[in-house]
Amino acid sequence: MDILVCLKQTFDTEERIVIEDGQISDDGVEFVINPYDEYAVEEAIRLRDEHGGEVTVITVGPDRAEQALRTAMAMGADKGIIVDDEDLENADEYSIARVLAAVIKDLDFDIILGGYMAIDDGSAQVGPRLAELLEIPHISTITKLTIDGESVEAEKDVEGDVEYIQSKLPILVTAQQGLNDPRYPSLPGIMKAKKKPLEQLDLDDLDLDEEDLEGKTETLEVFLPPEKEAGKILEGELDEQVKELVQRLQSEAKVI
Amino acid sequence: MDFDLTEEQRMIRKLLRDFAEGEVAPGADERDRTKVFPRDVFKKMADLNMMGLPFPEEYGGAGADSISFAIAVEELSRVCASTGISYSAHVSLGCAPLYLFGTEEQKKEYLVPLCRGETMGAFGLTEPGAGSDAGGTRTTAVKEGDEWVINGSKCFITNASYSDFLALTAVTSKEPEGPEITAFIVPTDTEGFQVIDNYIKLGLHSSNTTELVLEDVRIPHQNILGEVGHGFKQFLVTLDGGRIGIGAMAVGIAQGAYEAALQYARERTQFGQSISKFQVIQHKLADMAMNIELARNMVYKAAWLKDCGRRFTKEASICKLFASEMAMRVCDQAVQIHGGYGYMHDYRVERFFRDVKLTEIGEGTSEIQRMVIAREIGC
Repeated sequence: MDILVCLKQTFDTEERIVIEDGQISDDGVEFVINPYDEYAVEEAIRLRDEHGGEVTVITVGPDRAEQALRTAMAMGADKGIIVDDEDLENADEYSIARVLAAVIKDLDFDIILGGYMAIDDGSAQVGPRLAELLEIPHISTITKLTIDGESVEAEKDVEGDVEYIQSKLPILVTAQQGLNDPRYPSLPGIMKAKKKPLEQLDLDDLDLDEEDLEGKTETLEVFLPPEKEAGKILEGELDEQVKELVQRLQSEAKVI
Repeated sequence: MDFDLTEEQRMIRKLLRDFAEGEVAPGADERDRTKVFPRDVFKKMADLNMMGLPFPEEYGGAGADSISFAIAVEELSRVCASTGISYSAHVSLGCAPLYLFGTEEQKKEYLVPLCRGETMGAFGLTEPGAGSDAGGTRTTAVKEGDEWVINGSKCFITNASYSDFLALTAVTSKEPEGPEITAFIVPTDTEGFQVIDNYIKLGLHSSNTTELVLEDVRIPHQNILGEVGHGFKQFLVTLDGGRIGIGAMAVGIAQGAYEAALQYARERTQFGQSISKFQVIQHKLADMAMNIELARNMVYKAAWLKDCGRRFTKEASICKLFASEMAMRVCDQAVQIHGGYGYMHDYRVERFFRDVKLTEIGEGTSEIQRMVIAREIGC
């Protein structure tokens, strides 16, 4: 089984966000595999161990993103492809999905996995867009996956409910929390990761024109959420508290 | 000059950070109270092949370097110093002498199961009358036919209750210039071998510290580690490596205490502002950050020299001495910043404060480190 995983390198979830000159600064920041993509990597390795074949991890990003691919290889992925994003201007989900599609159209695959969204910009678009471009079905936010021959069965998280979906290979699925418990990379895995094949591509290698890849969205402003103010504890008799709460929700918070 | 960790070293740090947070930290306070050895933690570490981290794959190791070993000890000690010291002793005192001085057969028979984590490594050196002064060693080994008969006792031996075998030193001949010392590999289930786990300690409650009693313990000649009479030289080399481990352990404890103190200082409000806004607290935290950074750099340097195959005796002593003394101050001040809460068990710094003292004592006291450094600089 040829298994592809699309992953993104993101800020470590505990990093503080600092905005400098209207941009999010990545100075001194620790990076990780986007946690949802980590579920995809784990699921891919399990599929490979069960059905045989190879796991290829693919990312679009700067040089440092290679570390994310190496980590996936230390977990057990077989090879990696990184597409340099230096020539991409104002890239958004539209651009990234097109680049990934260009990489993948030259590859053999039975299934493509990814996280359902990246924790940084949280758009949850790249997976479905990629499936559309490749003209294959997709199931998003899966929490269980079973493959038997050509048939695919997935459990999909829908806001707390579960949908059971059947489909067929080739397919693209995106991982929701709960799909699995990603393994720690083993020490020998880490030591061997560097020796696994890693292909570095740029837009020229893919016959892509950067003008066709310009994002469809425009960022007007980047700002931090307002600082949380101290809460207010209501006092007095219960009746009075309820009255005051309703009054504050109406006049101060303006939510009712 | 390159101050960046390699890709592998960074991945190992990330792995050990995640592993320590996810698997070691949750039970650390509980283990400290109940004095339970973290067996399940070491089982999980064995599954990830961490127990033979710096040894070649052919012996079941992972083929990583000494810097990675220091990183591993630091990350474990940052959340649980008992786990940190048990691991450090396993690698640098248990595995290393077998790797450095063992015959090929001995490596296959003893180093491989240690690297696979099937048993814990230990080293029997210290005696009631002999610490860093090996001349005081009283344990004797007398040759009878093809066997050696060992009698004596050892104290403060880390991990031995969980060791299937360990290397220990004994006097094999009394020469005019001092005792001739030889190291033997002794299975702990040999008749006459007793491991006593009975100490009441200041800290490191979930590490295993034992006394060994040997009464007419008979072992075959082939269990000599290396050669007869090489024991003294061997343990000097072994302790050099062990000092990097204790240095890394001290850095880890200090880092854990510092992070707790910084977080507390930011959250604790007095006189209308968080106490981290007071200069007196800021200076304490700045000193901690500075000293930890310096100590970590020195640990890395000693480990780097070792990885390059160069002499590192002086640097190992410097890193161990500096790291342990600064860690002692850091933990003291971390408790101080916490005030009354710092004295309570619920705030981790109380445990760090008790645990850290060992780093100024184990594998050569601070006084011995100064002797070693003085000798190395030509006094």
